[in-house]
Amino acid sequence: MNYAMAATELVAPRKAPPAKRMPILKVLFGDMLSALLTLGAVAVILSLLPAFRWAVTDAVWLTDDPSACRSGGACWAFIEAKFRFIMFGLYPPGEQWRPATVIALLLGMTLISLSPALWGRKLVYVWAAAVCAMLTLMWGGFAGLSHVSTAKWGGLPVTLLLALLSLGLGFPFAILLALGRRSSLPILRLLSVGLIETVRGLPLVGLLFVASILLPLLLPPELDIDKLGRTLAALTVFSAAYLAEVLRGGLQAIPPGQVEAAQALGIPHWKAIRHIVLPQAIQKVIPPLTNTAIVMVKNTSLVIIVGVFDMLSAGRSAAMDPLWPGPYTEAYLFVGVIYFSICVGISYYARWLELRVKAKDYR
Amino acid sequence: MSIEETRVFEQPAIVIRNMDKWYGNYHALRDVSLSVQPGERIVICGPSGSGKSTLIRCVNHLEGHQKGEIIVNGVTLNESLKNIDRIRRDVGMVFQHFNLFPHLSVLENCALPQILSRGTPRKVAEERGMQFLERVHIPEQARKFPGQLSGGQQQRVAIARALCMAPKVMLFDEPTSALDPEMVKEVLDTMVSLAEEGMTMIVVTHEMGFARRVADRVVFMDQGAIVESNVPDVFFDRPANERTRTFLKQIVH
Repeated sequence: MNYAMAATELVAPRKAPPAKRMPILKVLFGDMLSALLTLGAVAVILSLLPAFRWAVTDAVWLTDDPSACRSGGACWAFIEAKFRFIMFGLYPPGEQWRPATVIALLLGMTLISLSPALWGRKLVYVWAAAVCAMLTLMWGGFAGLSHVSTAKWGGLPVTLLLALLSLGLGFPFAILLALGRRSSLPILRLLSVGLIETVRGLPLVGLLFVASILLPLLLPPELDIDKLGRTLAALTVFSAAYLAEVLRGGLQAIPPGQVEAAQALGIPHWKAIRHIVLPQAIQKVIPPLTNTAIVMVKNTSLVIIVGVFDMLSAGRSAAMDPLWPGPYTEAYLFVGVIYFSICVGISYYARWLELRVKAKDYR
Repeated sequence: MSIEETRVFEQPAIVIRNMDKWYGNYHALRDVSLSVQPGERIVICGPSGSGKSTLIRCVNHLEGHQKGEIIVNGVTLNESLKNIDRIRRDVGMVFQHFNLFPHLSVLENCALPQILSRGTPRKVAEERGMQFLERVHIPEQARKFPGQLSGGQQQRVAIARALCMAPKVMLFDEPTSALDPEMVKEVLDTMVSLAEEGMTMIVVTHEMGFARRVADRVVFMDQGAIVESNVPDVFFDRPANERTRTFLKQIVH
């Protein structure tokens, strides 16, 4: 009889009991381990006090006089004085609105590219046009703009352009390499494996040396490619090899049923790769792609060794100014904060993208 | 003239003649011959590893065969990519694990293949997709993604996706084997209604109720060969072969 009762009466949904909260003191000192961790944390915070004093309380914030910076605190006034130099390097001061425009353009383009709804062939064309416009603007030599050779380009635009272009140009190559590595044609496979393994087996510094020093010696003098261009080529090849391996992981994760379904539906092979396989493969490897992108942004700072004047080189040269008391720490911190913001931005954006992909998989 | 009489004059939908297939040294299909008339419904059953899936996967060349002949609507399946293409155009397939495209919405799953393989304009492809989603009774799920649907719903989308390509023949590779029991019926119902409309079908399945109700012929395979083939009543009630009897005893409790 009881069973019959249970079957006819529906149990109404009830609220879950409230989660228990521990009092704060108990959290901090509840047991031996918590107490030790709390004390340890306090010790760490206290030990950071001198650094805080250096960076904030004792710091020199605003002055035009370099000698005021000998007090022992951080010399943030130096950053203010050298801001344009760190940002734009040796670019002629009167023309610095040009790299500034480039940065603004890059920022604007990045912002409109964030929404996946706008991704498509058109956006690729718009980016290509924008990058061409940026390079032309930097280069000058038309419509009354003076020509500025790439040797004088420097600072943030160089860092950003190198990172963006090496990843952007490297990505299509990476797709070809990853597909080539999985190809059934032995020659294609061997070529892809050979290139990927060679590039991955060499340090980036070595590649940069080859591109900037060895290449001009090997190539006929008529084929004199710009040094910045050669550096970019080395970075592109490097990023392509790493991205290819990341993408290969994604391709391997696609079940064979996907291609079979496409075949059974009569979808031509390349269209199936482009519309069915690649989008899924890329979605699956967003975290390692982000990782590679972040590594490449920071790798651009290695161009310092072949004399390309990126943001880190600019910061270093700025600190060498004998007028100022060698504020290397401040310069590096400032440059570091910029790198950090870029990388954190990439990282959060990627996380958002990932959540968006996941939303498709759950009700 | 009755339907049966007209069929005699049409060319068969599928002819398989003395086909052999090996995986390495493993002889997967052994001298298989099967002829399917337009409008005919064939159910293939048999123990796992008997080659039933392999057989229908050879029909649209998801797998290659080494010996023998396969002719679909008069087109011979050989190495010619053009022929493979023509055959796939006429043959739709539904898979055990649905194989929907998880990154595309349900409607896009139905529309994109038409666009990619036929060059159908997007608007037409989407209308057609909606039409077939209505046919399988899930138009309200069109904007969702496959991962947000139940197994039964996913399989019905897969059927709609295949139908969008206007196939002359439908192959079903264990379409209900990966489903929870309460979802089997909705998929079988969809298949029954398709059969009632006269679609030529080859169905690999263990759903013997479906076979009895829908099949014109039931084919039993074992160890890569066709052991017995007969109309359902005879097949189930008076199976001729010992192996068929053993198999039927095992699955009909």
